[in-house]
Amino acid sequence: MDFLRPASWEEALAAKAEHPAAVPIAGGTDVMVEINFDHRRPEYLMDLNRIGDLYEWEVGAESVRLGASVPYSRIMEHLRAELPGLALASHTVASPQIRNRGGVGGNLGTASPAGDAHPALLAAGAEVEVESVRGARRIPIDDFYTGVKRNALAPDELIRAVHIRKADGPQQFSKVGTRNAMVIAVCAFGLALHPETRTVRTGIGSAAPTPVRAKAAEEFLNAALEEGGFWDNGKIITPSVAKRFADLCAAACNPIDDVRGTAGYRRHAVGVMARRTLTWTWESYRGAHRITEGAA
Amino acid sequence: MRLNFTVNGRPQEADDVWEGESLLYVLRERLGLPGSKNACEQGECGSCTVRLDGVPVCSCLVAAGQAEGREVVTVEGLADFARQRACGTASHGTSLDEARQWQAGGADSRTGEGTELAPVQQAFIDAGAVQCGFCTPGLLVAADEMLERNPNPTDADIREALSGNLCRCTGYEKIMDAVRLAAARQSEGV
Repeated sequence: MDFLRPASWEEALAAKAEHPAAVPIAGGTDVMVEINFDHRRPEYLMDLNRIGDLYEWEVGAESVRLGASVPYSRIMEHLRAELPGLALASHTVASPQIRNRGGVGGNLGTASPAGDAHPALLAAGAEVEVESVRGARRIPIDDFYTGVKRNALAPDELIRAVHIRKADGPQQFSKVGTRNAMVIAVCAFGLALHPETRTVRTGIGSAAPTPVRAKAAEEFLNAALEEGGFWDNGKIITPSVAKRFADLCAAACNPIDDVRGTAGYRRHAVGVMARRTLTWTWESYRGAHRITEGAA
Repeated sequence: MRLNFTVNGRPQEADDVWEGESLLYVLRERLGLPGSKNACEQGECGSCTVRLDGVPVCSCLVAAGQAEGREVVTVEGLADFARQRACGTASHGTSLDEARQWQAGGADSRTGEGTELAPVQQAFIDAGAVQCGFCTPGLLVAADEMLERNPNPTDADIREALSGNLCRCTGYEKIMDAVRLAAARQSEGV
């Protein structure tokens, strides 16, 4: 094994072009487990820790550009207002030790359906900034996950940053596991209200071969909210609407039975989380709505 | 490959390090510092917790080469690290020989007497928070870091800060007592 230690992003791209099989390592929380257990013996290990740019973030007008290696603990601490869904999801990642090392770039690189960041990224709306010596491109998050632990990266590409739309409304994240810490999601659910566009977006984790959005559920809810004038009148969501939304979210799953849970349980739990996160976010929206109305 | 980094305030060098090796392996097997424990090797148990440039991490998940040029504090250097923090002055660190010989003097109930300990270590002894002792080094490093950051933690803060450290003797209540005790002593300036 060779240990590659690029000192800059350009050096990293050159090294990846020369050795496409090189395995990038940043937080190491996935890669080192595989090496420790002898599940993987890469010819080249490429350390990204020396590239300071990957640990920075910029808050823009529309979105946050989050460096691939920004640790989850930083996201929790500094980006709760701009990226509430991702901050909540970050807080459920493993333990403080892991959150101090791991970041969203690694979650995307591994592309496990159980990665905690994915539902939040799908719900918020995001683009993955990837680059190779051939050039840079941005991959919409909806096109990024291509299969179980597979993503849209070319062999010579590296993940540089994620551009995540800033929250324009309440966001929630929910995850099922046997305890609060150190849990791989049995299943997870992210929901974001986007009052500016009067849309709702979702993200489902660990209940299909890839992280997915519940698009039929979103379309149903968008239409129901519009039809009932909910965005303007701030009324509570009709129970029948919430139930239909939950059922459609459950139907968007394509889960398997495994040691963590059965397919049936996952489908059921996703429905429950969909209804709860919808209630939480909508109540929060109504609260803000009432305050605005009162002030006007 | 060769690895140069700082361990417990002293520069160290390790040779013939395999590229896929973990920082934990280097500390234990190449530098002779077995305080950081090797249990799960997958970041689940926290018994290998060390400070890497001040940040608590699982040393089993840090590739050795990633520690190049960085500063590591292990449980063997915790007493010196805490003293340095309290005095606000630079110390000479803990040499490898000192670190290797470190022990909480004596094996009876008076364990700890006469040996210089970090306040959090003393609190663990006083509260009876050590059973088999395997999880203790990781808990000490994690607890010490939390008390540095958050001198007046709530029970929820303590539980969260230690949520990545497993104790299979199930001694969590005593461990909670120990951290509360260390926090109380710290705020009283004892």
